Amino acid sequence: MRHRLDLRIGPVSYRIGSAWPEPLAELRRLYRNYPAAEAVCDFTVRLEPERPWRRYLRPSVAIRGDYTLPDAAPLPLTLGLLAAEMGMNLQMALGQKRYLLLHAGSVERDGRALILTGHSGAGKSTLAALLGERGWRFMGDEFALLDPATGLLHAFPRAISLKNAALALFDGADPARLGPVLRGTPKGTIRHLQPPAEAIARMDQPARPALILFPRFGRDLDPATRPVGAAEVFVRLTQASTNYVALGARGFDSLTSLVTTVPARAIDYRSSEEAVALVESAWAELR
Amino acid sequence: MAGPRYIADPQALARNVALDGLTAIFHAPSGLTHLLAPPAPQILAALAGRPGSAEEVLARIAESFELEAANPADAIAARLAELEAVGLVAKT
Repeated sequence: MRHRLDLRIGPVSYRIGSAWPEPLAELRRLYRNYPAAEAVCDFTVRLEPERPWRRYLRPSVAIRGDYTLPDAAPLPLTLGLLAAEMGMNLQMALGQKRYLLLHAGSVERDGRALILTGHSGAGKSTLAALLGERGWRFMGDEFALLDPATGLLHAFPRAISLKNAALALFDGADPARLGPVLRGTPKGTIRHLQPPAEAIARMDQPARPALILFPRFGRDLDPATRPVGAAEVFVRLTQASTNYVALGARGFDSLTSLVTTVPARAIDYRSSEEAVALVESAWAELR
Repeated sequence: MAGPRYIADPQALARNVALDGLTAIFHAPSGLTHLLAPPAPQILAALAGRPGSAEEVLARIAESFELEAANPADAIAARLAELEAVGLVAKT
């Protein structure tokens, strides 16, 4: 590849190659404070022209790498940063074998981790990012890595992917932490936010899971917190994991251990302020 | 007329965890996870490496499990058909 960037996010090292310099320049800026990649990378991502002439003519970025989706549509070069992020997520979702991968946000306080999971659009990513600005250590907004050997949760604090209405919540963030505004993506308008400095500095510190939350956003919902039974948590987390089946008995053991030892709550909220307050009170009740 | 006889893998319940009255099991031969409601786990235990008909299963689990059904043997036969469909028991 003409251009190359190696980077490490939590325990995962990537080698990213690109036919164009722009996507890597933006990645380099977003990930400038991250530690150096390991010598042997876990995953490779390649951003290539869909056809050779598409390097120059209406440049079109195809996401390739160790693992690919055959029907993934290429993106215009203006969305090259998004293509790189999608490629990195795809490698994790399809290739991660060491950790049980939960599609969840996570934050930590006092060495204990809070897992935020739920359907796409439930607000877990935004909520994890908000908590990261308010006294919690941000561990990740997309994937939480559960180690089957220890039961500890490992951080994967990639750049936070703010979507649509969530962009306005971070208008006051240091501009040096914000990426370009990406309009017209398959998920609407997206802007990346570099995690807080503490999240990056402490990315190698795992935490013991202490609470699982299923946030649900709705303007017409009454704010509420309800307990969720272990069987329901188990089923929802198997659905939220991209590699539960691939891990076999290790996945079963680590997930059943998680759901039988860690309490879970569903929270309904109408605004981000309400969500933060509900999280804080659910956390306070653990003591 | 005696109904079909079934058998379960001796290790069918080797990995099982109770969750809110349900039982999660990891079925190693298929790699599949099942979430079972009573009396399915009791049926699997009664047939683990030991063939039996619905009536025999009923006799084996009756000591430790009370089935609330109008016709318990029919209820067991229906559960056996379901367990066969998901590959947890097989006809002998």
